Amino acid sequence: MLDSPSNALVSVRNLKMHFPIFAGLFRRKVGEVKAVDGVSFDIIEGETLGLVGESGCGKSTCGRSILRLYDITDGQIEIDGRDIGQTSQSYLREMRPTMQMVFQDPQASLNPRMTVEAIIREPLDEHTKLSDTEKKEKVYELMDAVGLNRRFAKRYPQAFSGGQRQRIGIARALALNPKFIVCDEPIAALDVSIQAQVVNLLEDLQEQFGLTYLFISHDLSMVRHIATRVAVMYLGKIVELAPREALYADPLHPYTKALLSAVPEPDPALATKKERVILQGDVPSPANPPKGCNFCTRCPAVMGICKTQEPEYREVEPGRFVACHNFNDQ
Amino acid sequence: MTDSTIAQPQADDKARNQWWDVWDQFKSHKGAMAGLIFLIFITLFCLLGPLLWSLDPGKLDIRNKDLRPVYVALWDGSAKTSWANPMGTDNLGRDIMANIMQGGRISLAVGWTAMVLAILIGTTIGVIAGYFRRLDGLLMRFTDLVLALPLLPLLLVMMLLFRDPLRAAFGPENGIFILIVAGIGITSWMQTARIVRGDVMALKEREFVLAARSIGTPSRRMITRHLLPNVLSPIMVSATLGLATAIITESALSFLGLGFPSDFPTWGKILFDNVDRMTRFPERVLFPGLAISLTVLSVNYIGDGLRDALDPRIRGQ
Repeated sequence: MLDSPSNALVSVRNLKMHFPIFAGLFRRKVGEVKAVDGVSFDIIEGETLGLVGESGCGKSTCGRSILRLYDITDGQIEIDGRDIGQTSQSYLREMRPTMQMVFQDPQASLNPRMTVEAIIREPLDEHTKLSDTEKKEKVYELMDAVGLNRRFAKRYPQAFSGGQRQRIGIARALALNPKFIVCDEPIAALDVSIQAQVVNLLEDLQEQFGLTYLFISHDLSMVRHIATRVAVMYLGKIVELAPREALYADPLHPYTKALLSAVPEPDPALATKKERVILQGDVPSPANPPKGCNFCTRCPAVMGICKTQEPEYREVEPGRFVACHNFNDQ
Repeated sequence: MTDSTIAQPQADDKARNQWWDVWDQFKSHKGAMAGLIFLIFITLFCLLGPLLWSLDPGKLDIRNKDLRPVYVALWDGSAKTSWANPMGTDNLGRDIMANIMQGGRISLAVGWTAMVLAILIGTTIGVIAGYFRRLDGLLMRFTDLVLALPLLPLLLVMMLLFRDPLRAAFGPENGIFILIVAGIGITSWMQTARIVRGDVMALKEREFVLAARSIGTPSRRMITRHLLPNVLSPIMVSATLGLATAIITESALSFLGLGFPSDFPTWGKILFDNVDRMTRFPERVLFPGLAISLTVLSVNYIGDGLRDALDPRIRGQ
């Protein structure tokens, strides 16, 4: 379907993650929530791929499935040259140091019964054979790298602010020198001034350690700031993937257009001139997606074919992928 | 004053052992401190008491039977009292204080061991059922099954069936001790298992468990490092309640004549032996009764204080 570029660190092909729904007296399977339904993309080494979309479109599930925190329904995932789509969890353990994750809620992602030192140390305990003093030194180095005072090592997570907790989470993700980090809305739970700090920290670390990010967010301006390329998701599918500048300057897919027009414009003179695309209706349920194109129920540019046939996800211009029937003739 | 302000930053630099924080928090809980002091006192009383008070608890002294405790002489000059038996003697002339010391050893030993056994079984089953979905149904139905069994008749049947073989194997006292501890232990773990299972299921969905999985932490360390410390509070509470139930169940068994042999005092047994003469000699039920209830109460308070002290979210507030 798609040829993966030679320098891709992560390549995902036709990833599907369906959660079964059980109901009734005998808890029989009556359907499934298609949280991620056939997603394909590559992440090139050293880049940041932004993954945007509205709430519930499957962004986080996609990120977690790529790290195989779930047992995926179907598809191939290749990270650093190894196919991990169907391998068992015990075998995956050796792969874990390569791929790490930064979580959305810094409050919930840190064990309240462990000190900061113990939290950052956990990956070292699991995967390295360093001595106690070496581990301690490494923990201090990581705390320096993310800008936490070494004196805080013996404190518990609840003694920290949201931004500091997120730094603890980032330090833990960095402990094993990973190549690929999935940032699952790392800034969503933080206030604006702290958001900038954390994003800048992520950028600095990327430069310093040569990291590759999958940056999941619903904050379009933050994604514009950090991402090299951006993928837009709608109802479990990627509708458009393009380099950042091209996507923000000239969105191709009607959903991307609507999404970008919702970004507030700070200049009042421009804001009044700006044309907003306001979508009607709600997102259909991922348990019962519409026939044809997933977006056909709300699309301003809907055609007859959209309601019967699913659009193919393909490259319409070099480096720009779109799944829409409007580009069939190209 | 100035000294302390200068010393402050240095103390911060050098990391302090976390158990000192736990102890500091524990100290601030007055009930827990009172409970701890009483528990140490009663334990020392039972363990070291017989060394100082060398009267044999089983020795019959018919001439000095039915002595009242010494304090009765304060308001009743005609009462028979003696400083040789400060808590009085029973209807066969056995010294009550020596009996309470000896009985306390057995009661405390039974209580602690049965409680530890019940907590171990309950926590293991609860954690496994909560963590491994596949075993959940099986283990919880088993728990329901044991919960539905009538406890006392079951214990009586166990006593009848296993008393003689165990006595033959371990000697009369040890055999009965093992039997009672095992009997109480394996009939009182179910509540703990249910509570722990529920908590583990809720914790399993928290993000820090997902984070640990993304690091590649295997299941057994996931349980010991992330789940067990977080279910410590309910375990602690059921442990303190379990100790109380164990002491009381042992009393009930002794009362029914299926516990320890009749010449072998425990708090529950002393209590029940003297129920008939309660109106004439209230001290004979008062002392063992007080010992049981104060021990249970102090353990409850200690559990309460420990639960607060071990939770870093409460600590330091």
